Amino acid sequence: MPIHTDTLRKAFPILETKVNGRPLVYFDNAATTQKPVSVLERLRNYYERENSNIHRGAHFLSQQATDAYEGARKTMQSFINAKHTHEVIFTRGTTESINLVAHSFCSKFVKAGDEILISAMEHHSNIVPWQIACREKQAELKVIPMDEQGELCMDAYRDMLGEKSRLVAITHVSNALGTVNPVKEMVGLAHEKNIPVMIDGAQATPHMAVDVQELDCDFYCFSGHKMYGPMGVGVLYGKEAWLNQMPPYQSGGEMIREVGFKKTTYNELPFKFEAGTPNVADVLGMETAIQFILKLGHQHISAHENDLLHYATGQLKQLDNIRFVGTAAQRTSVVSFLFEDIHPYDTGTILDKLGIAVRTGHHCAQPIMDFYQIPGTVRISLAVYNTRREIDVCMDALTRVREMFG
Amino acid sequence: MATIKEKEQEVIEEFELFDDWMDKYNYIIDLGKALPGIDESNREDKYLIKGCQARVWLLAEYKDGKVMYSADSDALITRGIIALLVRVLSGQAPADIVEADMSFIDRIGLKEHLSATRSNGLLNMIKQMKLYALAFQQKN
Repeated sequence: MPIHTDTLRKAFPILETKVNGRPLVYFDNAATTQKPVSVLERLRNYYERENSNIHRGAHFLSQQATDAYEGARKTMQSFINAKHTHEVIFTRGTTESINLVAHSFCSKFVKAGDEILISAMEHHSNIVPWQIACREKQAELKVIPMDEQGELCMDAYRDMLGEKSRLVAITHVSNALGTVNPVKEMVGLAHEKNIPVMIDGAQATPHMAVDVQELDCDFYCFSGHKMYGPMGVGVLYGKEAWLNQMPPYQSGGEMIREVGFKKTTYNELPFKFEAGTPNVADVLGMETAIQFILKLGHQHISAHENDLLHYATGQLKQLDNIRFVGTAAQRTSVVSFLFEDIHPYDTGTILDKLGIAVRTGHHCAQPIMDFYQIPGTVRISLAVYNTRREIDVCMDALTRVREMFG
Repeated sequence: MATIKEKEQEVIEEFELFDDWMDKYNYIIDLGKALPGIDESNREDKYLIKGCQARVWLLAEYKDGKVMYSADSDALITRGIIALLVRVLSGQAPADIVEADMSFIDRIGLKEHLSATRSNGLLNMIKQMKLYALAFQQKN
């Protein structure tokens, strides 16, 4: 069913917030989305009626909570179409998922002189873990360049894949530019040389259907809170063959089979990578968020968000001195821009005063700002509950900004 | 020369004239435009204050027992706020600057610029102004 925002918005009480007496316009969805009532109720219900530690107690509540948690794993598996349930590892979020791969994959498969490939448009969380891993292993971090539009240079990428390449770690969708990268093609090229690929999917899963078997990627990371779910929970998908060979990331309870003071054996997948009491409530909340997305339907979400994206771009074009940052042919849900004559921080301050929540600055992707030689951008990032009316309100506010500073 | 407290009071009274935030920000923008700023040649990394979304440069010199500040930013609102800080603290004795509580920022409704979400730019700015004062105080 096509998206009806009037009905849909009722599920998000926070959208009724007033800021300085004006209705909130929430355009910071790439940072985190708001949560529907169904997710909030799921969290409450868990703590009110189901709370118990899982996988160990033999009692009723523990059994029930374990079933719910493992049921959520199945939901994640089918959401990304993973081959096996045990290929879904629950983490604190995309950042932790990437750190897990950077630590466990690199400690086993990377040695001095090897290379890890990332791209010029990565979020800091897909740069720094690799820098640290490379420093430890005396490996080299190589950066796939991008062009002025914010598209990766595929020719350069082909040339960079070589004997020494151990892993490619790239973002599916750029948080700062909205570029949708040709990840399937990139995986194919890397696999021709037997190089595995990890995809940072934090900005993709809220907006498009992801099929990890179709992509054939080796690892895929995403977060609950960017897709209408709770903060502090996310997923690492990894192909069984890789995960089985990788050593544990953290250690403690859950991830062990037998512990002795001389020797400990580790549990099987997925528990090997889930040390300690898991975040059951938020995993269940994330499951409910996925059900919310599936009920709306990916094709309807995309249709609505693309309509907004085109409408916003068309409107913004009418403003004087506007410069769009990131004009890739394939983009989703993000418009990044700045006025040539007004600092993004000034624009953001006035928008905030007018009730409009946008992100200004470097969006945790400083290398991108260095590339364009700009101090930062103003980023409008859209979600399924946003409306054309809100874009109009934002346009009025931006016109006011131009009057004040222009 | 007015004391820091007297200057703070002056600013508070000026800001009391504004009924709405729009006028207030227009005034801050005007202050930003009027700030002499610093020489292009001084826009060096060593004068840059870290942790600001906008770039902020701060210089200080010590003259006849007083600290004289000059500062600049590439964002106008930030420049305006800096102009207020410079106006209140420049020309004061190091000991007084170190002790200043700068509560006027809260009183004129700019507290939000001190919050962590603003990347602590203003806080770092005040801290750096005080560090200069402290250094001059210890040297003399």
